[in-house]
Amino acid sequence: MKAAMKTALNTALKAGTTVPLAMLIAMVMLAGVKALHAQEQKAEPAPSAQAPAAQTPTAPAKKDDEDEMDAFAPKPAPPLPAGMTGSDPNDPRAKLKPGMYDAGEAAMGIKHVAFLKKPDAFQLNATSPDDPAVKKTLGMLGMSDTSKMAKPMQMVIAQLAFANSDFAFQGNHLFQGNFYGFNIYDIANPAKTALLTSVVCAGGQGDLSVYKNLLFMSVEMTNGRLDCGVQGFPPEPPPEPGHEKERRMPVAQKDRFRGVRIFDISDIKNPKQVAAVQTCRGSHTHTLVVDPNDKDNVYIYVSGTSSVRREEELAGCTGGAPDKNPNTALFRIEVIKVPVGSPQDAKVVSSPRVFIDPRTGALNGLNNGGSHDKGAEKPADTNQCHDITVYSAIGLAAGACSGNGILLDIRDPVNPKRVDAVNDPNYSYWHSASFSNDGSKVVYTDEWGGGLGARCRANDPNKWGADAIFNLKDNKLSLASYYKLPAAQGDTENCVAHNGSLIPVPGRDIEVQAWYQGGISIMDFTDASHPMEIAYFDRGPIDPKMLVLGGDWSAYWYNGSIYGSEIARGLDVFQLTPTKFLTQNEIDAAKTVKVAELNVQNQQKIEWPSQLVVAKAYLDQLARSQALPAKQIADLQKAIKSAEKSHLSAKNVAKLQTMMSGLEVGSAMAPADATRLSALEEILKHPVA
Amino acid sequence: MGCVLLSACVGACLCSPQVRAQESGAGSSVGMPPVVVQPGAPGEPTRTLPANTRATLPPLAAADISFMQGMIMHHSQAVEMTALIESHTGNKHVRMLGAKISSSQGDEIRMMRRWLAARGKATSMSMPGMPDMGLEGKTMAPMPGMLTPEQMTALRAAEGPEFDRLFLMGMIQHHGGALVMVKDLFDTAGAAQDAEIFDFVTEVDNGQRAEIKIMQKMLEETH
Repeated sequence: MKAAMKTALNTALKAGTTVPLAMLIAMVMLAGVKALHAQEQKAEPAPSAQAPAAQTPTAPAKKDDEDEMDAFAPKPAPPLPAGMTGSDPNDPRAKLKPGMYDAGEAAMGIKHVAFLKKPDAFQLNATSPDDPAVKKTLGMLGMSDTSKMAKPMQMVIAQLAFANSDFAFQGNHLFQGNFYGFNIYDIANPAKTALLTSVVCAGGQGDLSVYKNLLFMSVEMTNGRLDCGVQGFPPEPPPEPGHEKERRMPVAQKDRFRGVRIFDISDIKNPKQVAAVQTCRGSHTHTLVVDPNDKDNVYIYVSGTSSVRREEELAGCTGGAPDKNPNTALFRIEVIKVPVGSPQDAKVVSSPRVFIDPRTGALNGLNNGGSHDKGAEKPADTNQCHDITVYSAIGLAAGACSGNGILLDIRDPVNPKRVDAVNDPNYSYWHSASFSNDGSKVVYTDEWGGGLGARCRANDPNKWGADAIFNLKDNKLSLASYYKLPAAQGDTENCVAHNGSLIPVPGRDIEVQAWYQGGISIMDFTDASHPMEIAYFDRGPIDPKMLVLGGDWSAYWYNGSIYGSEIARGLDVFQLTPTKFLTQNEIDAAKTVKVAELNVQNQQKIEWPSQLVVAKAYLDQLARSQALPAKQIADLQKAIKSAEKSHLSAKNVAKLQTMMSGLEVGSAMAPADATRLSALEEILKHPVA
Repeated sequence: MGCVLLSACVGACLCSPQVRAQESGAGSSVGMPPVVVQPGAPGEPTRTLPANTRATLPPLAAADISFMQGMIMHHSQAVEMTALIESHTGNKHVRMLGAKISSSQGDEIRMMRRWLAARGKATSMSMPGMPDMGLEGKTMAPMPGMLTPEQMTALRAAEGPEFDRLFLMGMIQHHGGALVMVKDLFDTAGAAQDAEIFDFVTEVDNGQRAEIKIMQKMLEETH
């Protein structure tokens, strides 16, 4: 999620009504406000006394009072802009039954095998609004008059403070980040995933990476503490009359932490914080970078999107425009070097100016103007990356940097150099990126609305808040197409493109991706110009009347299963099931790929074993695209079956090779099929068990 | 506090057999109960917390409430300014920008009202000694960047290119004031620790900073 509620371009507001409305409300509520104000003078949260009932609204003000309560109701989407199309309102996912834990579900090609509720240590309180504990706790939080509050609202207070966020994986362990810390699960048997350890350590967003015995965690919020405390920092007591302007408490806090924490997870039940590397803007996300030529160190790219902290709190932190302050902490990323043997010595070793204009030396050399539409160029500077995906195998990183998608040469990981940058008039906020396995494509995402808004309604354009698929050739990016969740979602479902990972089906480019309350969508982008959905899972909205923040933050494939990080509900585990879009052989071939660790933004080259199941997956694909005559495919399938039965007897394998060499390959074969065919041939030359 | 927070999943656990089954299912971790821990500062040991530990929020500051109340008023003036565009200028770029500011600030006003209402707070401030819209006929310490009544009158009276100029200058001043309000909030001890207000304020800072750049460029081009 972007640290932002990026606002909709198309949420129409009846201009002109707001000011008088606000003033009317001010007058109506004056009496009540006086009572409330007395409470606000106390540091909050504080046990609050019974608040006096609000004054009965007078007749002319009643309408506005109702409008005030309607603030919780969603606004319908405005009409589609001319020339734009939206998602399908007749899809089975469009109108599922709402509910927190009993919502309706729809799935295609995916089986839901496990769900675990968010651990209790990360729940503010009861999830049923009728639980008397809710009211009591709200009172303790200084929320006094709950009688006028819609019941679902009472449940959702401060949900974001305990939101689940991103995943990292290692061996049989899944690490799920949260604004309030992280949780470690045992996934040895994915269908029986079990919680091992809840680690309380507040600060948001809790983006995680894992490397051997080290776990890295992003912290950006001002309540983050070096000691992992959840108490934050005390508010300033109310001023004495006549001294309102005086500041008595220091704002800078030596115990505040914003940056990247490093934990030793050697004891999975007792992670220990070994280092905490402070940065000026904190860490919204980070990316683990492993230099193939450096065994002693790993690197962390830090993307900070929040405001620059005070110099009194962290030396060297100043903000502002680069022409006035050449040392500004804006317009850069940070690189942390972590000695693997002595992580306590981790420190920032460079602050690359990745937006520099190489000709002029200006640090704000990129703007988010639309290169596809010269007339719409906007000179707003890009001063931050939101997330960076590194692909060390090809020496490149794709940065999703608010106003731009950029490409970095990272062969010298401490000094990444920008080699290309793109922008797009349909893009609101460049959020994340994934490479295709062969490095010929990059899928960027646009987090229009910051993930907190409903942006997949039937009237939301499907080029906005979508994936943009770029071809990548000779370090140059070129737009091929957009992909958006094809099913329309309700107006109480926050929905936009979010985090995903590749599914290692050989011969195809397939990504599983989270769309918040839009659920999970699996997309084939083998043909960059014609991406298509091949599987999905979705739940109904958490609430039918108001948007309650939830849905999938990330959906990643890891060693045979798909895991979904549900912001409000918890953790989901899925298995793929065969459909006409994806065969059992293709699923089985994907499952042959096993990795020891998975940090999705540190992309690893997928290699498939030379097994016959992989060959069968290629054959299924050649059959689907009718690249070979049906008879030849059937004969090959039969021969592979015999070879399998005979445990790869020399005779059967020799027969396979003969059949392959006898194939006539048409010159009109599509490039993807030609690649599949030659990969098939390679396997049949030397199949392994 | 513990007794209040103990009864956590009463409602939820009963409503879905699927949830209950998962919770009672012994995982592959040889049935060991999960632990709740809290690390210490770097180099310090990790503490084990009681199994019934529940989440707590950082404190909400009075400054957070007054910031949200004040920003609603502040945003409202921007919306009021953009409402003049329709009848005062035909400049395509100004109209496009105005539509964007109107919709985004309108959306944010709704978010701020929700945030306040959800916390049982009034959606505007009207207390003596606090900035306010002058309900009693006199203006008290206006919020940074707000256009004065004289500036608003001049804007309403202008047409065409003169309106564009006053609008852009006024909105740059107005947005600049929002940045000051954000800085003041971050400069208040204990403020902006709530996750939603932190995210919102971060967006206001990023978004309005960008729009100021856009408007400065437009202002240069109109000369």
